[in-house]
Amino acid sequence: MAGQVRDDTDKTKDWTWSRRDFLSLGGWAATLGVLSILTMAFVRFMFPRVLFEPSTLFKAGKANDYSPNTVSEKYIASQRVWIIKQQDTTGANFLIALSAICTHLGCTPRWLVTENKFKCPCHGSGFRGFDLERGRDITAIHFEGPAPRPLERLKVWVDAAGDINVDKGIKILWKDGVWPSDSRVKV
Amino acid sequence: MASNQEKEKTNILKLITESQVWTSTFRHGYADTPRNRALQISANVWLHLHPTKVRRHGIRYRYTWCAGGLTFLLYLVTVVTGVVLMFYYRPTGEYAYHDIKYLDFDVPFGMFTRNMHRWAAHGMVIMVWLHMFRVFMTGSYKPPREFNWVVGVLLLTLTLLLSFTGYLLPWDQLAIWAVTVGTNMARATPLLGMEGPFGESLVTPRYNARTILTAAVNVGPPTLLRFYVLHCIFIPIAASVLMILHFWRIRKDGGISGPL
Repeated sequence: MAGQVRDDTDKTKDWTWSRRDFLSLGGWAATLGVLSILTMAFVRFMFPRVLFEPSTLFKAGKANDYSPNTVSEKYIASQRVWIIKQQDTTGANFLIALSAICTHLGCTPRWLVTENKFKCPCHGSGFRGFDLERGRDITAIHFEGPAPRPLERLKVWVDAAGDINVDKGIKILWKDGVWPSDSRVKV
Repeated sequence: MASNQEKEKTNILKLITESQVWTSTFRHGYADTPRNRALQISANVWLHLHPTKVRRHGIRYRYTWCAGGLTFLLYLVTVVTGVVLMFYYRPTGEYAYHDIKYLDFDVPFGMFTRNMHRWAAHGMVIMVWLHMFRVFMTGSYKPPREFNWVVGVLLLTLTLLLSFTGYLLPWDQLAIWAVTVGTNMARATPLLGMEGPFGESLVTPRYNARTILTAAVNVGPPTLLRFYVLHCIFIPIAASVLMILHFWRIRKDGGISGPL
């Protein structure tokens, strides 16, 4: 920056910088400082404090609205969630809220009842349906296509009035080869 | 009598051609002389980036395929048709899809303009690849042109980003799911994406490389507005600046590379 400047400093004095060097460096420091602050401000500007998103909570009717061992697509269009009632070998019923967001790149898979699997139309990821050998659990394990992990379950509970509640904001992931116990609710 | 009329005519002609407006507009003679040919380029603000004289091999289209020039021509087509389309298109979740329908089915020449924009955009991407292929196969990326190759790679990226951001604007199912897939890829960005290498050490689900694009949890109206601004203002300006640099560098690096 000051490389081409004529060396007119007074050698008898112990100046580190000439006046010209000082003003030049000061000018550049001010310019670059302002530009970097503006850049940081712009990056922050691009992340608004409030996102105007629909609530992640919704009610999905009563447990009796669903028949055992079926995948309900009732809330796919409005919420992108399958409500699944699963009956294990002892006859106990469980509710599962399964997120219909492909774990590959976020498209909506389809439930293919005859093939007992969830199939994504974008890149062909497939996820298993009911595990007929082990307690008829919905595994949602990825077994074909590019998806890297199983579909995600969502927090589901039944309130005092008997309504099924789902919170899409709380995801429960397949971990260490099993679904955690809070990934379904007994009804 | 006849000679008088002739004289008057020459006087009027002289009056016009020697006026300040005329001489400011037409700054050199019309005669086909080497000097005037050079002035045609160097005295014109639009052409002055172009070399005043081009070597004979520079117009051998079987060598260059004219791919770079055609890319620029198609870029100009998208700029002109794009600005025309902006007179009708509103980038909001409420209107975008209907404005596209309106353009396609009711606005006079709307479908024509939109298709021109679309096909020029497709053509531009194809021509960029062909241009790059030609430059690679003829070794034109080698010194002293290595810097211009780098500028070209940046222009390739901007061309692809222009296509990607334009993809969302019709606001139909294809657009939304394509951009859902595309923005989800940003999750794998190193450091800045949630699921990329070292991702969780630096970014959060709320602040990362994907949400700066979508401005929302899922692709929604805020994403549409963001992509519209990127598509119509941000990326075209960046691409134009780099194109000026790219064309100027050709001249500074000794013109279009010739056969060995």
